[in-house]
Amino acid sequence: MDPLFDNLPPGHEFEEDMELRLWEYIDGLSTDQERSAIEHMLVEHAEWRAKYKELLEVHRGIEEVELEQPSMRFTRNVMDEIARLQIAPATRNYINKNIIYGIAAFFITVIVGFLGYGISQMEWSSTGSDSLVGVDFSSVDYSRMFNNNFVNGFMVLNIILGLMLLDRYLGQRKKEWQAA
Amino acid sequence: MQAERSDIEIIEQVLSGDHAAYAVLVNRYQSYVFTIALRYVKGREDAEEVAQDIFVKAYRALADFKGGSKFSTWLYTIATTTCITFLRKKKLETYSLDNEKVFAVADNFDGGMNANQIEQKSKVNMVNRAIQLLSPDDAQVITLFYKGEQSLEEIAQIMGKEPNTVKVQLHRARIRLKEKMQRHFAAEVNDL
Repeated sequence: MDPLFDNLPPGHEFEEDMELRLWEYIDGLSTDQERSAIEHMLVEHAEWRAKYKELLEVHRGIEEVELEQPSMRFTRNVMDEIARLQIAPATRNYINKNIIYGIAAFFITVIVGFLGYGISQMEWSSTGSDSLVGVDFSSVDYSRMFNNNFVNGFMVLNIILGLMLLDRYLGQRKKEWQAA
Repeated sequence: MQAERSDIEIIEQVLSGDHAAYAVLVNRYQSYVFTIALRYVKGREDAEEVAQDIFVKAYRALADFKGGSKFSTWLYTIATTTCITFLRKKKLETYSLDNEKVFAVADNFDGGMNANQIEQKSKVNMVNRAIQLLSPDDAQVITLFYKGEQSLEEIAQIMGKEPNTVKVQLHRARIRLKEKMQRHFAAEVNDL
């Protein structure tokens, strides 16, 4: 196998492979082994030399392209614009990790509490039934589930948290709108 | 003679309250950012508006620049996302490689010139025009690699791609550039 083409994906045509290797050589991205192999090919094969010359011309052409220049007033326009704005506080400053950990701890406690409560209410001595599910949903009294002080308190807390979140979001949007 | 201040020094100065120092960064990178914008937005006025927006966004988010990468890499990332957002909003016509309109535009462009005018065009101008005929992604990868002083890894970060993907894209972009030059500017290519 040729060391130049060992690492190429299957399906590459020879000419494309040659171009890819030559571009890597021109860009200075070849390994030492590849460099010496390409230099050998350039000495030995006119086809490689011709392609190298062609690619080098394109490379030099691109290198000589100049950057586009905006209008003379560009910097002044930007500075006029930012004069009306404030630098936003760094994200890491307003996202306090303690708050995130606090919220996570709250939800974990709630989930564990519910699980504990549910498990404590289970009748472990029950022998089960022939039904696959084992529960007769028609006999479940849903009104009792939502008539519990703990559940009601939890839902009220969630609503308050949701309203606080909405308030913060709308406040932020208002600030952005005023800044614009 | 005062040595040129580094980007980081200027950013620290701006963050400490000297907002006017930001003008140094704008002057330093305006042509890079404007060129990137022009690769996406085909019109100088729109490109200037987008470039201005890029600098304003960068200023607003300056406190978030952590110095983990070069400022230019961070700025070009903002430039790329801003350009893409602008294109989506405006639903501007982008010049895709397979879009026949591109060739029609190019053909008309050349068709209006006589042989002497074409001969007078510089090699640089021809390459620049050929870059403008490429898709925004191809034009950007070439611009960042050759003009933005970015490594393949940094370009990958800016474009949200893998370095190897960028390497192949750069290679193919140059093939397509060569094809464009041969197809539309054959007379000038022969003079190279």
